[in-house]
Amino acid sequence: KSYLRLRPATLVKASTRPMVSYDDIPTKVVLNKDFMKDEDGNYIVTLLKGHGIGPEISKSVKSIFTAAEVPISWEEHEVYSRAMNKEGDLLSSETIDSIRRNKVALKGPFMTPIGKGFRSLNVTLRKKLQLYANVRPCKTIKGIDNIYENVDVVTIRENTEGEYMGLEHRVVPGVSESIKIISRRACLKIARYAFEYAVSNNRKKIVGVHKAGVMKKGDGLFLECLREINEEYPTIDYSEEQVDTMCMKLATVPEKSDMMVMPNLYGDIVSDLCAGLIGGLGLTASGNIGAEAAVFEAVHGTAPDIAGKNLANPTALLLSACMMLEHME
Amino acid sequence: MFSLRNNLIRKIRTYGKHTTPKRSFAKMKKLSTTFLQRPGEGNVKRVSLIDGEGVGPYLTDSVQEIFQAAQVPVRFENIPMVEAKEMSINIEKQTLDKLHQNDVILKGPISNDDTLMWNNHEISKALEIYAYIVHAFTIPGVNTRHKDIDIVLIRENSEGEYASIEHELLPGVIESIKVITRESSLRIAEYAFEYALLSNRKKITVVHKANIMKLCDGEFLEAAREISIRYPTILYEEMIVDATCMNLATNPQAFDIMLLPNLYGSIIGSIIAGIVGGAGIAPGANIGRKYAVFEQGARHSGKELAFTGQANPTAFILSAVMMLRHLGLPFFAEQIQNSVFKTLEEQKIRTPDIGGNHHTADFTRRIIENLD
Repeated sequence: KSYLRLRPATLVKASTRPMVSYDDIPTKVVLNKDFMKDEDGNYIVTLLKGHGIGPEISKSVKSIFTAAEVPISWEEHEVYSRAMNKEGDLLSSETIDSIRRNKVALKGPFMTPIGKGFRSLNVTLRKKLQLYANVRPCKTIKGIDNIYENVDVVTIRENTEGEYMGLEHRVVPGVSESIKIISRRACLKIARYAFEYAVSNNRKKIVGVHKAGVMKKGDGLFLECLREINEEYPTIDYSEEQVDTMCMKLATVPEKSDMMVMPNLYGDIVSDLCAGLIGGLGLTASGNIGAEAAVFEAVHGTAPDIAGKNLANPTALLLSACMMLEHME
Repeated sequence: MFSLRNNLIRKIRTYGKHTTPKRSFAKMKKLSTTFLQRPGEGNVKRVSLIDGEGVGPYLTDSVQEIFQAAQVPVRFENIPMVEAKEMSINIEKQTLDKLHQNDVILKGPISNDDTLMWNNHEISKALEIYAYIVHAFTIPGVNTRHKDIDIVLIRENSEGEYASIEHELLPGVIESIKVITRESSLRIAEYAFEYALLSNRKKITVVHKANIMKLCDGEFLEAAREISIRYPTILYEEMIVDATCMNLATNPQAFDIMLLPNLYGSIIGSIIAGIVGGAGIAPGANIGRKYAVFEQGARHSGKELAFTGQANPTAFILSAVMMLRHLGLPFFAEQIQNSVFKTLEEQKIRTPDIGGNHHTADFTRRIIENLD
C-alpha cells in the first residue's frame, strides 16, 4: 500500500447531511446605521484615545473636524491598565455599551500591558461587538516619496475565525497543535460584505485569496462561499489567486490589484504588506465592521519615545476618521 | 528535445577522449589555493531530472544545453511524471525507486493543482526533505525597485500548516490542524545556523506569529533560541510576520537570513522572489539528510507562458549552478554563473518578465556564447 496520502477532490462540497438552520446567513449586508444624535443634532461617536501618541493625534483629529464643521460630538472613554473583569478586558462594560449605543467608534493606538491576565484590546472589541470584517484601503498618497506608485488596493479580511481563534494545545511535550476553523456562516457573511463594498465603492475586481492547494477543505469552503455570492453580482469581476502568487504580484506590480478578500491569517499578512506598499502603518486607515457597530482605528503603535513631543503624524487616525465619515454618510 | 538528449549522451560518451575544456588562462590564474578532489570524484555524476509542468520542459532543456556546451560531467536521468489520472500502483513504485536512485535531483516547477501524479509536498515527504531554501539577490541588469538585496530564506518544509489534517466537524464547519513539533523546529534551526556559519553570514531573523499562536510558534521560537545560544557570533533577532512584510516592502536590505515555519515561509519566499525580479530570477533548493532537490525559488509553473516559450530560465540555471557547487564542481559553477550574470547585465536579450521580448532559446544561446 502506498504510504503517500490519497488524493481527495480539489474542492469538497458541503455535506449532504441536513444542515443546521442558520438564521443569520445574510441576503444583504446588515449594518446598523441609525446613529445617535445629541441635542445639537451632532452625531455622537465614541472616542478611545489610547496611549503614547494617542492623545495628541486624537486632539489633532478633533480640531480638524471642528474646523471643517463636521457635525460630530465625541464621547471619550478610558482604557484601563488593569483588568476590569475576570476575562481580562481592559475596557469597562460602559465603554462597550457606549459603542453599541453610538454604533461608531474611533480608536487610537493602545499598549497592552505585559503579563498575564489581560486580553488584548482588539480581541475584546472584536469578540464583544462581533466585528467580522476588517477593511483596509491602501492608496498611494501624493507627496510622499515611495518606491511603489499608483497603488490602490483594498483588503477585506475575515476577522472572527480562521487561524486566530487561539485554540491551541500541547498534545505531548514537544508537539503543539493549533486549530483553524472555517465555517460556512462566517465565509458567507464576509463574502456578502465584500461584494456589497465593491458595489458601493465602485470597485471592479475582487480576488479571493486562498491556499486551497494545501488546505483543500478549509480554504475550499471559503472559495465555495465566495463563488456562491459571486453569482449574484455579475458586474464584478471575480477571480481567485493563491496567497503566495498574490503576494508576489503585490510586491512587483501592485498597480494591477484592486480588491482582495481573504480569511484571517492571510488577511493579516497581506494587509500589512499593502500598508508597507504605501509607506507604512503610520499612513494606513483601517475599519472593523460588524452588524452592531463599527470601530475605526489607527493600526500603528503607541510610539512612546515621541509621545508628547508634537512630532507624531496623525494621518492614520485622520484617514480612519474619514473612513468613518464615509460609513456614516 | 529528443535530439538534444541524444547529443548529450553522445557527448558524455566522448568526454575525456579528445575534447579539451575551453577556459581562459587569465581566469585560471586568479590567486588562490587550489581546489582538491578525492580520487574518483571527477567521474560523471548522475543527477535525476524531473521536467515539471508548464514551462518546466523549456527550463530543463535550457540547462541541458548549457551543461553540454560547458562540458559539465553530469548525466541527467529523467524521471517521468505522468498525469494523475494514469497513476497506478506500479507506476508509483517505479517512480519512487527512481527518485531514491540518485542523491541529487533537479526539479522543474510543479504546481499545486494535482495534475501530475505527485505534487511538491509528496516528493518532499518521500525524500524526507525538511529545509526549503530560497536565495534572492539583486542581479545587475535586472531592473527592480529595490537594490542591493541578498536574502536567504530557510523555511521548514515538513510540518506546520501543511500537515493537511482537515476534517468537517459539523455541516459547514471545517477544522484544519497545524502541528509544530520541537524536533522539527530544532532540526531546521540547526540547519539555519550551520548555514550561517558556513556561508559567512551575520544575522538570522526568525519570523513568527507567537503573539497570537503562542504555543505553536512559541515552540518554534524556543527551539531557535536554544540553537542560537550555541552560535554566539551570529546575530539573532525575532520579528512578527506582518511587521516583516511591511519591512520587506519598505526596507528589504535589512534582512540577511530568514528562518520561518512552513506557511509564512511560502508567502514570504514569494515576496522576496518577487522583489528581486520574479519567479524567473531567484533560485532555490530543498535539502534533507540524504537527498537534495534543486529548483526555482518560487514554485510557479507559469502555465500561461507554457505555449509562448518565453519563460525566464535564470532561476533554474542558477539553481543548477547551486547544484554544481553542491556536487563539488565549483569551477563549472563559477563559469556558468558568470555567463548568466554577464548576459543579464548586457540587457540585450531578455525574456518578457524582465522587460524584453525574447524566447528562452535565444537567452540560452546567448549564455552559451558568453561562456568563456
